[in-house]
Amino acid sequence: MRRLRGKLAPYLLSLPSWVYLIVFFIIPLASMLGMALAVGDPLSGYTISDNFQEFVTGFTSYEDAFARSFWYGTASTVITLAVAYPVAYWIAFYGGRHKSTYLFLIMLPFFVSFVIRVLAWEFILSDQGFVLGPLKAIGLLPQNFHLLSTQWAVIGGLVYNSFAYYVLPLYVVLEKIDRRLVRAANDLYASPATAFMKIILPLSAPGVFAGFLLVFVTNVGDFVNAALLGGPGTYMIGNIIQDSFFENQDYPMAAALSSILMLMLMIAILLYSKAFGTEAIQEYAA
Amino acid sequence: MSTTVSPMPSAHKPSRLGERILACFTWAMILYTMLPIGVMVVFSFNYAPAGRIALNWLHFTFANYRDAFGIQDLTGALIHSLEVAVGSAVISSIIGTPLALALARYRFWGKSATDLVIFADIAAPAVVVGASLLSLFLALNLPRGLLTIFIAHVAFNLAFAVVVIRARVSGLDRALDRAAADLGASPWVAFWTVTFPLILPGIIGACMLCFLLSIDDLIITSFVAGQTLTFPLWVYGAVKVGMPPQVFVLSTFIFLGGMVLALVNVAVTHRREAVS
Repeated sequence: MRRLRGKLAPYLLSLPSWVYLIVFFIIPLASMLGMALAVGDPLSGYTISDNFQEFVTGFTSYEDAFARSFWYGTASTVITLAVAYPVAYWIAFYGGRHKSTYLFLIMLPFFVSFVIRVLAWEFILSDQGFVLGPLKAIGLLPQNFHLLSTQWAVIGGLVYNSFAYYVLPLYVVLEKIDRRLVRAANDLYASPATAFMKIILPLSAPGVFAGFLLVFVTNVGDFVNAALLGGPGTYMIGNIIQDSFFENQDYPMAAALSSILMLMLMIAILLYSKAFGTEAIQEYAA
Repeated sequence: MSTTVSPMPSAHKPSRLGERILACFTWAMILYTMLPIGVMVVFSFNYAPAGRIALNWLHFTFANYRDAFGIQDLTGALIHSLEVAVGSAVISSIIGTPLALALARYRFWGKSATDLVIFADIAAPAVVVGASLLSLFLALNLPRGLLTIFIAHVAFNLAFAVVVIRARVSGLDRALDRAAADLGASPWVAFWTVTFPLILPGIIGACMLCFLLSIDDLIITSFVAGQTLTFPLWVYGAVKVGMPPQVFVLSTFIFLGGMVLALVNVAVTHRREAVS
């Protein structure tokens, strides 16, 4: 009896989570695929067909938006990595007793709503705001200069919102590196640059990849930065999906577009988790 | 850590200049992360003509704070956000704790599949999670509202709760609950008297993370909310018509509340560690 209970224990313990995740995570994904294959309209109802037309139309008519999303996602993730790495490196290696204070300061934006952070940037970057306005008044910038509704405003917003998410996984791996390895390299007459390239960078690779994946996926699917900081020329696929659901009420199209996005990102995630293992990435996600 | 000597006194000393540049860069980035927060706090004290936030500094006023809860819809939206955040944080932790225990303490069939699903739930883009839940609710003809928002928030918080609590369980010494079993405690009693108090910090941490993620969420909520508004949704909707100053005032309150919670949490864990 006792042994049986011991065997059953993990299943009983995981049951509630499994039920919840199946009903509200896995089944929804399936029903989204179903919706993408459905034909009909909101009034007379839908029937599921083997009609893949929606996928083809969706992809071909919004090719631009897909390309733009992946470009913004890649650019913002690379820039975030470039600015987050030195910061994580300095805190891990030179932060001393105040490491957690620095990390806390970097995590401060977490205490402000995402939409408020983007709104504040819209404020800061606005054409007649308190930054650009005075610069234009004294003639440093031409009157028609603007930052909002350019792609750089959107990418800048994405970078701002992912900065802390990238510093944390990088900090975790850099902090774990045994300092004696670096010292050994120095003793063996490696230049600081060589020591960095041959020791620190390879050892921090898991953090680089885990952060890259999480930031990239988040940014490709974002629509808030594009909606608030961008203009009609910066529409991302997230904006199109939103509009298809709520402006055009074209549910099959919206579902098809989300499915395409999901499949594209899934391929990327699978490649990543094959190479680095999901447990490591989960650890950094927390 | 104990010495004040340069960390690497070796053949090639890393240049002091390089370290200085890195330090300056880090501080510049810290200022950059704080810039929008500063703008939010400062402009919450700015005079707001016609009930809209002005783009430029006009003059200092407390009027926005006196009228902080003056917009009923906005206050109502904030209450919705708080209800969903507290509810989904508690429920996610209650459902997630047993799974965290199972993953940290047992090898079982389906464990790696569970890992994969947890990972997918964390990594899935918010648009896809939102769109897929909406597809389900449409298919079931479930009216969108507070309940569907709550369901969606538990769906994305659950994975985070599991990961955080699991990390805490993994760090525990199993000898402790074995000892309890040897002394005749049933698994149920051993859990509540030994394991639970030890993993409580992890559960509280998970609750706080879930609370923050939930109160912050706009993308997933925007799909499943229907006519019900949460604080981020209200703000997002007001972008086109102009922003009342109350938005910055209430965000400042949320910011201060979050800071107080975080600092209390730090203080409590430090005391616990000092005691044990």
